[in-house]
Amino acid sequence: MQAYLGIDVGSVSTNLVIQDQAGKIIAGLYLRTKGRPVETIQAGLQQIAQLLPEQLQICGVGTTGSGRYLAGVMVGADVVKNEITAHAVAASYFIPKVQTILEIGGQDSKIIILRDGIVTDFAMNTVCAAGTGSFLDQQASRLGIPITEFGNLALKSCNPVRIAGRCTVFAESDMIHKQQMGHPIPDIINGLCEALVRNYLNNIGKGKEILAPVVFQGGVAANTGIKMAFERALSMEITVPPHHDVMGAIGAAMLAKEELVDMHKTTRFKGFSISGLTYHTGSFDCNGCPNNCEIAQIYEEDNVIGRWGARCPRWDIIQEG
Amino acid sequence: MRKVTFPHMGESYRAFKMLLNDLGNEVILPPRPSLKTLNLGVQFTPEFACFPLKVLMGTYLETIEKGANTLVTTGGVGPCRAGLYSELHKKILHDLGHPIEMIVFEPPRLYPFNFIRNVHKLNPGRLSIKAIINCIKKGWRKLQALDNAEKLTHIIRPRELKKGTTTQKYKQVLEWIDNANTTSDIIEAEAAALEELHKIPQDHGRLDVKVGIVGEIYVLLEPTANLEIEETLGNLGVEVERSMFLTGWARDNTWKETVEGMTVKDAAHPYLPELIGGHGRDSIGNTVLYAKRKFDGIIQLAPFTCIPEIVARTILPAVSKDYNIPVLTFFLDEQTGKAGMNTRLEAFVDLMKRKKLKKQHQADILLPSGAII
Repeated sequence: MQAYLGIDVGSVSTNLVIQDQAGKIIAGLYLRTKGRPVETIQAGLQQIAQLLPEQLQICGVGTTGSGRYLAGVMVGADVVKNEITAHAVAASYFIPKVQTILEIGGQDSKIIILRDGIVTDFAMNTVCAAGTGSFLDQQASRLGIPITEFGNLALKSCNPVRIAGRCTVFAESDMIHKQQMGHPIPDIINGLCEALVRNYLNNIGKGKEILAPVVFQGGVAANTGIKMAFERALSMEITVPPHHDVMGAIGAAMLAKEELVDMHKTTRFKGFSISGLTYHTGSFDCNGCPNNCEIAQIYEEDNVIGRWGARCPRWDIIQEG
Repeated sequence: MRKVTFPHMGESYRAFKMLLNDLGNEVILPPRPSLKTLNLGVQFTPEFACFPLKVLMGTYLETIEKGANTLVTTGGVGPCRAGLYSELHKKILHDLGHPIEMIVFEPPRLYPFNFIRNVHKLNPGRLSIKAIINCIKKGWRKLQALDNAEKLTHIIRPRELKKGTTTQKYKQVLEWIDNANTTSDIIEAEAAALEELHKIPQDHGRLDVKVGIVGEIYVLLEPTANLEIEETLGNLGVEVERSMFLTGWARDNTWKETVEGMTVKDAAHPYLPELIGGHGRDSIGNTVLYAKRKFDGIIQLAPFTCIPEIVARTILPAVSKDYNIPVLTFFLDEQTGKAGMNTRLEAFVDLMKRKKLKKQHQADILLPSGAII
């Protein structure tokens, strides 16, 4: 059986997906990156290899996410794509008529506008915690509530309190103020969900025409409190697709398939065995010019397989093939 | 003796160096802005000020270190704080114990005496008025030659067969123009430079995607301030046209190369009938003009906290909708991490390419083959 591998290396989670020729998801993994993308990719490959049926052949690999280049050189990717395109491709596969994609991940959030199947506009914030999953995570652990139950608790609220959402510093001090006044936790959590949605729509969604069908994906889509808050704010029905947390990886796998089938190429995938190799990373300052670029490099055993951070081609590695 | 320096804006320093030398000044060349420039600039400027103030401050401090004692810069009219930056720079530098002299050129049409006085200061050789005019003409010609070479790289880079050839060749031909010191030499060097660039092996069959770049002048003209966005786009296979070049900006209202012969001001009028300072109105007007010329997308570049560009940014979605052209905005600051910009640029290029392919083939190419529709 032939299948495609998609890897999405994000700041918070690393996701792997194996998709067969027909588009069915054979296996999917959602792992925490924990600041160690190299180890996580290796662990992910090892774990997913065990979930696969015998005689399955990987005939294409795509990588996406902020660690896509790193993952790309490690596994030998055929396609290295940005996460916006990957998310759009995956969403329009599951919901072909989709016109708006809301995506909230660990450290960034995006809105993607599609019309007639193609992306016409997008916006993305970077590491502004007000409006991303890591802030929810942080608040959940402060309140001692598992993040998986966070959304359900919000649904129990009967009287949401207003929490400032523009900045996490404001939000947190507001939450503490409301908690000390004696507001029940579900109300505060629901208030936080509404604040996050308000911030998302005002910031990322500003000036964008949000039309149905609306798809909500990314790790935060598991949070029903946020989903309901979106539905209330937009007065629209919102679909959370199956595999919402690994959509980027699915998109990467689909793009790999598109590339290889259309171009009649064979894969560069190095095999699951790379999880047994040693990788290490290092960095140095280039003194070639006053820019003093910080060059990061990754070694596979003793060979340098990738370098980043240069503003000129001096340290580029010529990729074979 | 004056040791003169000026802000670094792309390759224009080559022309200013020649002009100031011709007038008999010793010139301290501003270095290309680097991490050091940025660190110095950020350390000695108010945190809330915009990026150009910081980069220029860094540049001034670097050139003062090399012995510069006279800074030549431009002022400005209209409600944009950059017009006051020369004063602020001067105050900060004096406070730091650098007794530099600041020569500020205001728009000569509005302040002719300021212009004459400043030229007089920068004319230690006491050249005649006629000789000065000739020097300015020659400097202008060099500036044009530099702009023309740069414009050509924007067209050739996306089509080059071997990645990096254009950038490499461009560096080489810049030196030819740099070394030309008479008008006829400049014209000859320019012709040779353009010819050399044309010789780069190209693939003309590639999908042709064109992007117009609009925004604030400093971040448009100084590649280190915009993380070399034009080069990055060129490497992604995109032809760029920048709305502003020093030569074009200086001529300002003689905008004749547009299809409909309308000025940027007229084009912006339905959306923004007022001058709001900086280049906010130009950003809107140029977006309209590019859209009318059937460009595939617009990229707006703005320094973080730049009010004129923020105003333009909030109006651009309306232009984008009316003309059905995607617009992507980048706010630039001291952040040097390029990954975020690359992600957005790649996605933007994908967006434009797929839109264009769809128009060409009328086929649903977003869905990979075999996808269930």
